[in-house]
Amino acid sequence: MVTRRSFVHRALACGMLTQLPRLSFATTQGDSRLVLVILRGALDGLTAVPPYGDPDYANARRELAIPRPGSNGGALELDSTFGLHPSLKQLHQHFQGRELTVIHAVASPYRERSRFDGQNVLENGTPAPTGGTSGWLNRAIAAMPSATRAPHELGLALGQNVPLVLRGDERVTSWAPSLLPEVEPDTLARLADLYTADPVLAMRLNEATAIDALADEQMGNGRSTDKAAARPGAGNIARLKLMAGTAGKFLSAPDGPRIAVFDATGWDTHAQEGAATGQLAQRLDGLDGVLTALATALQPVWKQTAILVVTEFGRTVALNGTRGTDHGTGTCALLVGGAVNGGRVLADWPGLGNRALYQGRDLKPTLDLRAVFKGILQQHFAIGARQLEESVFPSSSAAHPVPDLLRA
Amino acid sequence: MIDKNTVIAANRFGLGARPGELDHIGDDPRGWLRSQVLHTPMAPGELAALKPSDEILRAFFAAREERKDKKKAAAAKGDEAQKVGNLIRDALLPHYLAQAEARVRIAARTEAPFHERLVQFWTNHFAVSVDKPVCLGIAGCLENEAIRPHVTGHFGDMLRAVEQHPAMIAYLDNQSSAGPDSQIARFASRRGNGQHKVGINENLAREILELHTLGVDGGYTQADVTTFAKVLTGWSIGGGKGRLAGGTEGRYFFRENLHQPGAETLLGKTYTQSGEGQGLAVLGDLGRHPSTAKHLATKLARHFIADDPPAESVEKIAAAFRSSDGHLPTTYRALIDAPHAWEGYPAKFKTPQDFIHSTYRAFDVTPPEQRALLAPFEVLGQRIYSPGSPAGWPDTSKDWDGSDALMKRIEWSVAVGDRLASLRAPLDTAGQALGPALTQHTEDALHRAASTSQGLSLLLLSPEFQRR
Repeated sequence: MVTRRSFVHRALACGMLTQLPRLSFATTQGDSRLVLVILRGALDGLTAVPPYGDPDYANARRELAIPRPGSNGGALELDSTFGLHPSLKQLHQHFQGRELTVIHAVASPYRERSRFDGQNVLENGTPAPTGGTSGWLNRAIAAMPSATRAPHELGLALGQNVPLVLRGDERVTSWAPSLLPEVEPDTLARLADLYTADPVLAMRLNEATAIDALADEQMGNGRSTDKAAARPGAGNIARLKLMAGTAGKFLSAPDGPRIAVFDATGWDTHAQEGAATGQLAQRLDGLDGVLTALATALQPVWKQTAILVVTEFGRTVALNGTRGTDHGTGTCALLVGGAVNGGRVLADWPGLGNRALYQGRDLKPTLDLRAVFKGILQQHFAIGARQLEESVFPSSSAAHPVPDLLRA
Repeated sequence: MIDKNTVIAANRFGLGARPGELDHIGDDPRGWLRSQVLHTPMAPGELAALKPSDEILRAFFAAREERKDKKKAAAAKGDEAQKVGNLIRDALLPHYLAQAEARVRIAARTEAPFHERLVQFWTNHFAVSVDKPVCLGIAGCLENEAIRPHVTGHFGDMLRAVEQHPAMIAYLDNQSSAGPDSQIARFASRRGNGQHKVGINENLAREILELHTLGVDGGYTQADVTTFAKVLTGWSIGGGKGRLAGGTEGRYFFRENLHQPGAETLLGKTYTQSGEGQGLAVLGDLGRHPSTAKHLATKLARHFIADDPPAESVEKIAAAFRSSDGHLPTTYRALIDAPHAWEGYPAKFKTPQDFIHSTYRAFDVTPPEQRALLAPFEVLGQRIYSPGSPAGWPDTSKDWDGSDALMKRIEWSVAVGDRLASLRAPLDTAGQALGPALTQHTEDALHRAASTSQGLSLLLLSPEFQRR
């Protein structure tokens, strides 16, 4: 049987596809894996990581407050101030195993409240929503020392298209499960010829063929066996779990990508948010499951892995008129993985008293999210301080890399 | 005489040429476009059988009540959770399917494809998404009841119709947003009912300013958002119990008892009107604001000219909007007259929706029915009425040209080629759909194709069919 992989190799042998990537990477220092999970819609950090020990917490959050650890529906204890939402059970295990660091009162440099501009700033790595068409993770790949990187496609977007954070000059690829039959190699070869006149489509075809070949190799074939989960548009947790499992397999492959990005929507809880149970609790339960699927599939390379979960900004401290919260500022981030120096909560906690709030309504950010990004990139991929400031995160000199996020 | 401009009219402004369409347009592409936005056409026949939004919302409310009752009853038994969960979906899905089917059939067949593209453009501008359960049955109603009647009218009228449509009010959570000094809030505080706090929800106000009118850089502040949210308190949906009784169930209803009384100052202007009139006055001003003109002109130019639209064209379109007080046909004429709109063809990478619609048109086939209709949109990543956010679907190549997205287009094109192999010939179809835009390179590839089926697939995947 002619698989895509053999098509790729045959095509190479015939010189049909001159720029076909081999996806074979240096394995010396280039062993680090990074998964960036973007929760789109603005996660309520005070529900995901409740500061139950803050004296103003219960009063400020009213019906949104998560009970103290030990009580019914109570938070899972991290320390005397912070807990995890009771839905995040597996993450709590990672915390106890010193593989999870919880970061709180953090925000990107964006200080308005448009979700869409907030996502732009989170992803373009500049202080401005219109700060460019490339993403910081793509620029980070460009900035990796040559010893730690390979020539092609270190970055993988889980989904059909590439989100802004991974767009740029460095070639990246994307993958999502499919329900349709695989295409004949002959048709792909003819398309490659048809696209000689169209450089963009030619490049996309190369990337797609290469990642599908890897899928063939890793999973027997790239077709999904779980039709319900593969079904697009559902935006559901089953699909995210399937994607997470696949991402883990890709990243575990010796000649696979090193960095993966995927995003989960549904965090914009303007109404009926719920607390220990309810709408957001269900989403968090799903997130816990997705991260578990990712961790399971990443087992072969778990020691070299860091998974970072971020969102564009937080939500108002107070409940709004429809039992939800509106767009806010400070929120939490989660860093989990075998490479993570975990079991810690990093927070310069500003408090939840009225006068401590940002503009009288939001959790005040005391840490720039870029400082977290920089700390990880520096330690995990040996990217130099100068490059981090000049090309990856321009105008970020005040955001010093957070040290020791990963194990030495 | 068919030339490049004929193809641009059909494929960039329209929805892709059907057989015979290029001949029909001939040498007057601008005239063909202008004729489609002169007046409001009759509602397409495909819409005749669809139910109105109030009827569908009543079915939603009824299903929600039934679900509540059943949940209570099942709580004891604990085994009917699944059945209970599907009640709402069962009630609404048939409406969603009927609306989606009507939409795709119109797109596949219409002889006014520029007009229809504009309908789709405005629906995406005023996006609601069926991943919010209440919207599943009524997302299509927003398009058919609030957008279509105003596509060739004034923007201000469309804006009002949209913001007062139950689908938008429910999608952006305004139905129970209450002013801090409203009758309901005062009642609640007298009762000392602190846990069930009533108050403002600023979602609708923010998205009107950011997405529907001024644009994110349009010159408003957080204070303007909060004030506007107060102005809009009371814009709600009829039906309900107790203090929330009133209005016709499922229709737009202004609830005086939720409304924040008194004058409000917004964007430097004080609005002294009382009740609903205050919000209408603000909307009226927003609808003709220069920032709105620029925001809309930029989006139109991005959709019809290029991902990074030329500033000169944007300004001409914005000027037409301003000088005509938001008269849309005047605005469209400025777009049609923009020289850039007829250059650099093809400039736009088709969205999945464009690709599917133009495929049905090129092959002159009837789209599938029911759930099969949805499949290609799902597979290619643009589920109908489901952008997932109030910002709508993105509109540049980079948002759609991922390598996996291309692989999905390839897989679907192969399936379509297989299905139509005995019915269509690649070169004939290519000539009818692309005219002089068909390159020699692609024509050669179609000639050499191993089979009719493969030839049809290659046509769909050719660079000139993937772009517009």
